[in-house]
Order: sequence, then structure tokens, then C-alpha cells
Amino acid sequence: MLDLTYTAPAPKVIAGAKDDWELVIGMEIHAQVSSNAKLFSGASTTFGAEPNSNVAFVDAAMPGMLPVINEYCVEQAVRTGLGLKAEINLFSAFDRKNYFYPDLPQGYQISQLYHPIVGEGEVLVEMGPGVARLVRIERIHLEQDAGKSIHDMDPNMSFVDLNRTGVALMEIVSRPDIRGPEEAAAYVTKLRQILRYLGTCDGNMQNGNLRADVNVSVCRPGAYEKYQATQDFGHLGTRCEIKNMNSMRFIQQAIEYEARRQIAILEDGGSVVQETRLYDPDKGETRSMRSKEEAHDYRYFPCPDLLPLEIEQGWVDDIAASLPELPDEKKARFMGDFGLTDYDASVLTADTANAAYFEAVAEGRDGKLAANWVINELFGRLKKEDHDISESPVSPAQLGGIIDLITKGDISGKIAKDLFEIVYTEGGDPAQIVEARGMKQVTDTGAIEAAVDDIIAANPAQVEKAKANPKLAGWFVGQVMKATGGKANPKAVNDIVSAKLGL
Amino acid sequence: MSELSKLTIAEARDAMRKGDVTSVEITEACLAEVNAADALGAFVHKTPEIALDQARAADARIKAGDAPGMCGIPLGIKDLFCTKGVDSQAASNILKGFKPEYESTVTSQLFGAGAVMLGKLNMDEFAMGSSNETSAYGNAVNPWKIDDRQLTPGGSSGGSASAVAADLCLAATGTDTGGSIRQPAAFTGIVGLKPTYGRVSRWGTIAFASSLDQAGPMTKTVRDAAIMLQAMSGHDPKDSTSADLPLPDFEAALTGDIKGKKIGIPREYRMDGMPEEIETLWHEGAEMLRAAGAEIVDISLPHTKYALPAYYVIAPAEASSNLARYDGVRYGHRAKLAAGDGIVQMYEKTRAEGFGHEVQRRVMIGTYVLSAGFYDAYYNRARKVRALIKRDFDQAFAAGVDAILTPATPSSAFGLGEMAEADPVQMYLNDVFTVTVNLAGLPGISVPAGLDSQGLPLGLQLIGRPWAEDDLLNTAYALESAAGFVSKPAKWW
Repeated sequence: MLDLTYTAPAPKVIAGAKDDWELVIGMEIHAQVSSNAKLFSGASTTFGAEPNSNVAFVDAAMPGMLPVINEYCVEQAVRTGLGLKAEINLFSAFDRKNYFYPDLPQGYQISQLYHPIVGEGEVLVEMGPGVARLVRIERIHLEQDAGKSIHDMDPNMSFVDLNRTGVALMEIVSRPDIRGPEEAAAYVTKLRQILRYLGTCDGNMQNGNLRADVNVSVCRPGAYEKYQATQDFGHLGTRCEIKNMNSMRFIQQAIEYEARRQIAILEDGGSVVQETRLYDPDKGETRSMRSKEEAHDYRYFPCPDLLPLEIEQGWVDDIAASLPELPDEKKARFMGDFGLTDYDASVLTADTANAAYFEAVAEGRDGKLAANWVINELFGRLKKEDHDISESPVSPAQLGGIIDLITKGDISGKIAKDLFEIVYTEGGDPAQIVEARGMKQVTDTGAIEAAVDDIIAANPAQVEKAKANPKLAGWFVGQVMKATGGKANPKAVNDIVSAKLGL
Repeated sequence: MSELSKLTIAEARDAMRKGDVTSVEITEACLAEVNAADALGAFVHKTPEIALDQARAADARIKAGDAPGMCGIPLGIKDLFCTKGVDSQAASNILKGFKPEYESTVTSQLFGAGAVMLGKLNMDEFAMGSSNETSAYGNAVNPWKIDDRQLTPGGSSGGSASAVAADLCLAATGTDTGGSIRQPAAFTGIVGLKPTYGRVSRWGTIAFASSLDQAGPMTKTVRDAAIMLQAMSGHDPKDSTSADLPLPDFEAALTGDIKGKKIGIPREYRMDGMPEEIETLWHEGAEMLRAAGAEIVDISLPHTKYALPAYYVIAPAEASSNLARYDGVRYGHRAKLAAGDGIVQMYEKTRAEGFGHEVQRRVMIGTYVLSAGFYDAYYNRARKVRALIKRDFDQAFAAGVDAILTPATPSSAFGLGEMAEADPVQMYLNDVFTVTVNLAGLPGISVPAGLDSQGLPLGLQLIGRPWAEDDLLNTAYALESAAGFVSKPAKWW
């Protein structure tokens, strides 16, 4: 059983001119469903295609065209719900959200307001060893993405690219359980990690495949606890929503800025106006997009072109049975089975490719040693060249081979690093390289004794000093290692030096 | 030659199979009638080349012995159906010049069965209207006439009704959201069938109100309706609301034997101010069915009086959303913009120019009833009413009723322009007997049953159990046989 004990982190406190303030944050994450085809059409979802080349008649809202649900997208949403330990709604339905915009050809977005496919779930967001925030998920619903309006190609005209129109999104809505900018970023990171484990969203924020709307409000210390006890939002401050951010850094900056903006208003005796805001990363500030009064009336109503979506428990069970091991479970297993530290386990489970690599290396070997080598040597080396694990020139078998040579005492740690560099740059079987290049550690005590004897004989003054001060024995060890080209087994050298000097 | 366009589908089919006549001959006869009938305003886009190509291909199929029922039959196609490469503009200026790159499922199935398209037919703009007077093409005119007074063929499928009644074609496609097949059929003395919701694919048919729209045949006889429905209907994976159910053999169901069938007469359809001759016709219809061996029972459909208001909330609500796509961005009409105009001006000007008054009215009603603060009072309440109306019918059928007999319309055809100054609700009252059927998703058929004192046709409506069009058609067949309606309008066009 998974046993993750943790304590909740302290909320971020911002000192205003007069008072201390706490932050309350809820997020809506728009995650593009990994699927070859769109939510209601067979058009491709490939990123970066020629403008308006991935557009079916229904995506362009041609007269008389009808949406047909893509079953795979539904499966992906269910898989995501299961991965977030959420309730799966066997009955869900699609609604139309009506508004006019050129990149929304139908004049409405098909979404799920009244009956989302996924209900309440949770995400455990680690903030450090043993410290984590449990963020509750309110719901996940499926909806269509809009197209892209391009305003900077022509001085008089705007252009519309419908390639993205109708691509399936999951909107993952959290409760206001996030208490600071760092937590917000950690929440997105964790959610992204889970989605990638599940294979339901590639998490590519640069391409806009994962975007965040952040609701921020501030309150005085103690108010949030009252909200928690009653679930009465009246205890919390008025929130502003910052729309459409696709960078962890911007999310944090925007929250920080927005909280300080609200605090300044409140401490000035003003009140925060509920509104939608945009973050301008160049200026580092948020600015009003539209107020509550200007807010669209979306005139949601059930989409009459689609029947309610009814799925069977058996189908959900099959998807549940096919779920991969998720980050929390994997991390706990790595800590339990391999004796890894919380930190090492977190690093190695950050994504499935890293974890799989580590597991292949650690199989039948010392887990901690394997973790050290994967994290410090391999990841460090890869990072130098901006490569990721899939591009590693060293296979798990090769790295395992290096570790085996260390464990057997054939090579020292220092030699192992040289060997790693050789394998990394030139390739080859580590054992053969060690053999061929004479890198094997000398464990023959006779040879070491001879070397020690030579050095003692040549340095009588040092011998006297060492006898008076045993700490100086290290000098002899160093000389022996030098004389043997680093191949002598350091432990054996130590023992022999101590014995010969009579320490 | 001109006699050939008067054939029924069944007659033409049998004659072509026997080799007595070819599809090309019938098609040429129809094209000649179409060209001579511009005064009716029925055909708004003529497609003679397509028609003759299809007729020649049909003749080859018939010769080869591969001839489905509709093979070689010249039809008129309502402008609401998207026909590949042929103007399809829902009688609206906003879709002026729009030629789809795709073929609607209905026309694709009909053409696949060998049917011939003579052209596109007039209708109310976006199927919103009961008189064909909201069309951007101008009026379609009823071939029936009193003295010099031009009458409406009804709507929205006014062009279809006019073309079939005037023998310009053998049959036509129609669509019915609140009565748009059955009311014009009644006004012109033809048969009009609205199938069960989900029986006929909506794919490629320009949407008015998606949860109510259903295409169906408009024909000279009940048998023709059965033959044509067979070719139009069936499951279509491209329409999620299309039913995956086996299709009965509709024509084979026409035995005329309705002995022991229970026909319900709903007392709530007796409306105040309804002309006595409608009441009389209704009574006569019931007696004809009784004489044919059916049992006539009084039934109650208590929520009937709420149907029209509920319909005029739900249909505009869906329409307001369905018509949002006509924004001038991708196809159809785009207004000329002034310097400094932005996207909002483009929407406003384009839609103001492109949509007629009735469409604008319904878009505004629909937008209103879906607005925050009004949604529950209007849209949600209308949905509840809709569920109650459906329950009324369910209960009647559960009590053993096989079909329900009502008048098709509260009057015979009225004069064009007569309602121009009237409250729009007066026009909406035309649908009072038909909207319940759309709200409940049931099949309904209008059968010509007699002439009123002015010599204008009147229709009776039969409402059937869901998915039992075969049974409904058979009852209609019995009624048609008993009524023996053979009158034709005197040719004046």
C-alpha cells in the first residue's frame, strides 16, 4: 500500500504596508488531449501544419455539418480522471457556450458545463521532503479548442488559422487549495507529470498544449481556515482570474504581482473588482481584460447535435486496469525497494523515461549506487549538452556494467568516472575497455606492499612525521596511488600503509 | 409529354421497369413543366444538366435490372439540403452564392438510389415561417387559387408543396421543424410525412432547430411517401442523433387493413375559433377510419396548450446558436465595411443585411430566452413542458392507441400578404396541431382529405408511435383510400 505521510506547507505570507496577507489560488488547466484526431472530427491535430490544412467541414462550421464524438478522446479524459483518483461520471453531456469570435467558426464552443465527464479528484503536490499540499480537483470536462487569430501579418486585415479549432481539451478545475506562487507552479508541474505518465497530454507548454487560468484572491491570516471549515467563499477575498498562461515562470510572477496589486488596493481602503486579467510578461504586470459587468453571457444550453454521453462501468474498469504506475506510487516504491532518498526518488520519477532508465540500471544492483550514477554522472553529463534521456549515448546496460566493475572492486570510483567518459564519448563494453586499457584496479597486496616499501624507504623524514602524527599517513596513500596510476585499491593501500608504519 | 410529370412515383417506377417510358422522357417532361411554372416561384435553382445526366444513368440502371424504387424519379430538392456544387442557401441572402463541397446524406441516398434532381425549391428563410413569405427569393405561390387571389402554399416547405401539387415534379424533399412538411402538404392537397426524429439523417441539411428538424418526403400519394422514405432514411454515423435501428419495408406495410387498430381523437385539439368545416372534416376522417375497421377512442393530451409557447422558446433558442456561424468570416455574405470598422461592425452589418426580419426576430427571441437570468424561466421551463408533452403521447400509446387523428392545420391556405400586418403569433398559430409531434419526436403525416367551401384542400394529420412509420403509413393509406381525394388545382401558371 502506498503510504505517503506528509505535512502541509505553510501558506505564503505577503507583508503589506499595514498587515500580513495570505494568498488563495484556484486553477483551471487546459490540457490538450493526446489524440491524432479532433474531439468531433477526423481532422489531424498535428502541430505546426500549414495554416488551415487540418480542417474538416465541421471544424469550419460549414452549413449542415454535425459533430461526432471521438471515442478515444473520451477514453483519454476517463484515464486522466482515474489518474487523479477522481469520480468518473457514467452520464455526461455536452453544452454549447455561445460567443462570437472569428477563430470560433460555429459561434459556440462545445463544452460540458452541466454534466462533466469527471468529478472530484485530488493531486498531491510535494513542496519538499515530507511536505506536500493536497489540492482537490473539482471537475474535468471535455471541450473544443478555438482556432488562432493572427493580427500582425497585415496592417488592415486579420487572419484566422483553424488548425487548432475543435482539438480536444480537458479543462481541469481545482478547488482554491493552492496557497502561494511556488505551490501553483508545483501544482502545474505535478499535474503535467501525471498527464505525461498517463499519456493523455504531452504537457508541451511552449506549443500551448498546457495552459493555465489562475484565480487569485488575498485574505487575512485565519480567514482561509474559516473557509475550509465551512466551504463558505464569503470568508475569502474577491478573486481575479488571470487568463491563459503557458509558462511556470509567468504563472508565479503573475500571481505575485496580482496578490500585491490586490493588497495595495485593500490597504488603501478600496475593494478588488472581480474581473478577468491578462499577464504582460514584458512589463511584469497584470491588466484588466474585462470586468464582471462586461463579462460575456455565454448562454449555455445542451448541444442538441449530440446525445448525452453514456459510458459503461466495465469500460471504465478496463481503462483503470490499464493505467500505468503513477508518480506517487513509483516514488514510494523507489524509496521502499531501492532505499532512495525522497529527493533522489523525486528526481528519478520526474518522468517515465528517467524512471525506466533508472530501473533498468538498478535491476539486480545497489539502488543507491545506481541512483547516484544516473543522477550525478549521467543526468549531469546529458545536461551539459542539453540532451534528454532518450538521447543518452550510454545505455542502461553500459552504465550497469560500469557499476558492476565498481562493485566487484575492479575499478575505483575515480577510474569509473574516466571509464564513464570513455563509454559516453566512444561507446563500447565497459568491462572490455577496462581490460584493454589496463584500467583494472590493483588488488594484489604483494604489488601494493612493494610500492609502499619503496616509498617508505625513499622518505624517512616523512615516516618519522607520520609516526608522530598518524593523520599524515594519507600522504603515503596518495604517493602509492600516484605510483600505481590510480589503479591500486584505495582500501588495500590504506591498510598496508597503516601496518607498515605501525600505526 | 406533359402528362408524364403527373405520374406518381409508383406509376413511374412500374412504367419504367416495364420499359413503357424512360427516366429521360419523364425528366424532360418535368423540366418543361418547371420552365413553364416560374409564376409559382417554386424552383429557385434549376439543374437541367444534372437532371438529364442522372436520368440517363438511371435508365441504364433500369435497363440493367438494377433499379431501386426511386431510380429515375425526378424530384425537387428543398433549398435547405446541401447539394454538392449546386447553390444551397436556405432561401437566405446570408448564404447567397454558397455552393457546398459536400452532398447531404438525404440527397446522397436519394441520388444513390437513382433519383433525379430537377433543381432546388423555395422555402421560408432558414425554414422559419409558415407561408414561404420570408424567403429571400420571394414568395412561392400555391397552385390552388380563389379567383384572382394568390394563396400561400404554406411553409416552410412551400416550394416543395407547390411543385408537387402543380405536377412540376413527381415528389420533393421537405423538412419539418414544427409542421413545415405537413402544413404546406395540407394547404396544397398532397401527402407530407415527418418521420420519427432520428429516422432520417440531418447531416448536410442546414440546421434550424437541431432537436426538432427532420427531413421527409412530400408526395402525391401515401404509397409514394413510403417508397421515398425508404430511400431517405436509415442510420448515419455522421449524425449522432440518427437512430441505429432496422428499417421496415414501408411500402410492403401498405395493406390497407386497419381492422382493430385503435385511433385516438385528442380532445385538446378542438380549438376555440376553429372553422366548422375543419371540425367536420376531422369527424368525417374518424368515421372513415371507423368504417375501415378501426376503433375510435377519445383521448386526452393535457399539455397540448403549452406546446406552441414551448416550441417558440426551444426552436428559436437552438436557432440563435445554430445561425451564429453565419458571420461573414468564411463563406456567404459579408457586408462592405467602412473605414475603421472592426469585427463587431462586420458581424452587425453582415447579419443585418444577410438575415430577413423573421430570422432576426427568432435569433433575438432565442438569444433572450437563453440569457442569464431568463434561462430557467423560459428555456428550462420549455424543456420541462416538452417532456410532459412527450409523456402525454407515451401514455396514450401505452393505453393501446395505435395512431392519433387530428386536423393538420387550423384553416385552409390563406392569401399571400394577408398576414403581413398581423401579430407574428397569428402566423405561429398555423403550427398549433403540428408542433406537438416535433416536440415529442414522433412521426406524423398529413393526408389530403377534402375541400373546404372555397374549394381549397384540407388535410388531416395522423400521428404514430415512434419508429412505426410502417404502421402509420398503412393507416394513412386507409384514410387516403377512404377519402378518395383526387382534386387537382386548375392550371393558371
